Amino acid sequence: MQHFIEFRNVSFRYREDHPWVLKNVSFHIGSNEWLAIIGHNGSGKSTIAKLMNGLLLPQTGEIFVDGMPVNENTIWDVRKTVGMVFQNPDNQFVGTTVRDDVAFGMENHGLPREVMLKRIEESLQAVGMSEYERHEPHRLSGGQKQRVAIASVLAVSPELIILDEATAMLDPRGRREIMETIREVQRKRSLSLITITHDLNEVTQADRVIVMNEGETWMEGVPRDIFAQKDALQDIGLDTPFVTKLAAELSGAGLAMQREPLNHQELLEDLWTLHSKM
Amino acid sequence: MDITFQDVSYIYQPNSPFEFRALEDISFHIPSGSFVAVIGHTGSGKSTLIQHLNGLVRPTNGEVIVGSHSMKAGEKTKDLKDLREKVGVVFQYPEHQLFEENVEKDIGFGPLNFGVKEEEIKRRTREAIQAVQLPEELLDRSPFDLSGGQMRRVAIAGVLAMSPDVLVLDEPTAGLDPRGQREIMEMFHRLHKEKRLTTVLVTHSMEDALRYADHVIILNHGKKFMEGQPKEVFVNEKELREVQLDVPEVIQFLNKLEQRLGKKVPYHGQTITQLAKELAAVVKGREAHE
Repeated sequence: MQHFIEFRNVSFRYREDHPWVLKNVSFHIGSNEWLAIIGHNGSGKSTIAKLMNGLLLPQTGEIFVDGMPVNENTIWDVRKTVGMVFQNPDNQFVGTTVRDDVAFGMENHGLPREVMLKRIEESLQAVGMSEYERHEPHRLSGGQKQRVAIASVLAVSPELIILDEATAMLDPRGRREIMETIREVQRKRSLSLITITHDLNEVTQADRVIVMNEGETWMEGVPRDIFAQKDALQDIGLDTPFVTKLAAELSGAGLAMQREPLNHQELLEDLWTLHSKM
Repeated sequence: MDITFQDVSYIYQPNSPFEFRALEDISFHIPSGSFVAVIGHTGSGKSTLIQHLNGLVRPTNGEVIVGSHSMKAGEKTKDLKDLREKVGVVFQYPEHQLFEENVEKDIGFGPLNFGVKEEEIKRRTREAIQAVQLPEELLDRSPFDLSGGQMRRVAIAGVLAMSPDVLVLDEPTAGLDPRGQREIMEMFHRLHKEKRLTTVLVTHSMEDALRYADHVIILNHGKKFMEGQPKEVFVNEKELREVQLDVPEVIQFLNKLEQRLGKKVPYHGQTITQLAKELAAVVKGREAHE
């Protein structure tokens, strides 16, 4: 698999007299891959996101996006390929209507008007905000703002989308729908996806997970292997999904699972198998 | 303080192209001392509802009564200042509202505005910072040097320093990591009991509603869809799905279990450890019958 993003021994601190926020971090993400980054607040997750599109530049180490080293000369090309949504969309709104706001990013990319009109409609529909096209972004609720911010990124159709707590204000169902929408895009065309989230059930669906702790990549692997480390995760202040906890309690109550179940379906299948053997 | 909504409707920017009906004929009664969770899909009217509680908006129709204060359409609300002193609102991302040069001044800003005496402000500031479990050393620090979680606690302390009777919380744990979320909710639960507050929590977390609330109000498109005790409300998985809401994960799982294994394990507030024991007994149970 081609590496779409690569971090090579990256260290970063905000000021020289401040502690390192990232310490010698190396990882990569492939084209069309979904990588979830988890870790408690202050573990360096958001700093990673900001380094990826050159909002911050590292003191040591190198970052490559689609083969380009991220530096002052390449920043604008990098930003064309990387779409980013932060937790608080208020800081990202510029338009006076939802529709203008979605158009803004595309204008910067110099897209023709017909394409823009089509994409505004499609992307607002994708996030369930079509009826708000003429509303003022600032009057929307937190969750609605997040939906619009995601529509704006979908509209420019970048090769990498970074969602930094971008659905935190949505209800669980809305969050699932938005992720499903983005997965749908990923099935149609090559799209790398990085999600920074505390939603553990969302993390179980990612291709790969990186756990950050105190500025270091503390663990890296597929979700099943990560959540099998239940006690270690709890030690660094992270929770595990309901299913993981219940499976552990069940094995304590004398029902040992064959594998680490990741979702309701898998746990129910295991219980069914055990049940029919009894 | 008792809170009553009587046929309340609210329309944003009436008679304009932006006209939008955010609340429609909402009625409910919250007795003093309750812990109420307000739940609804994004855009269901939750934020508009809580803005009525301290008079930030006045109903377009109907009446809102908070303690001895009444807010009616077309009538100027009396003693708005007194109401705002008694109803403390923790807005979404309250740390965005921090602005003072040090934590002490930020926490004391509210009471200062309400003419509270200096000595009393000092006392309340100390009490508030203890209540949010931050060390007193932080009082001299700039709020902007603190971590996100600490900043949120400072902002909450600023609301507590008003000594409110009603605490309104709009998604108070959004953006915190799971441990931070749990700590903040435990803190509110403790304050609720210790200070005998009436607490109104707007949340997307069904898990928090189930764990902390004694009453749940479900909104849908500006209307009241359902209300009752969490355990009563959350068994209605099918109805709640229709208004795009989930039930707490444990109840979802137990419903699926019933479908898959044909065994009913009712939810009665048991811990995950208890639940595992009950489940294990059910799964092994078949042996006993055969």
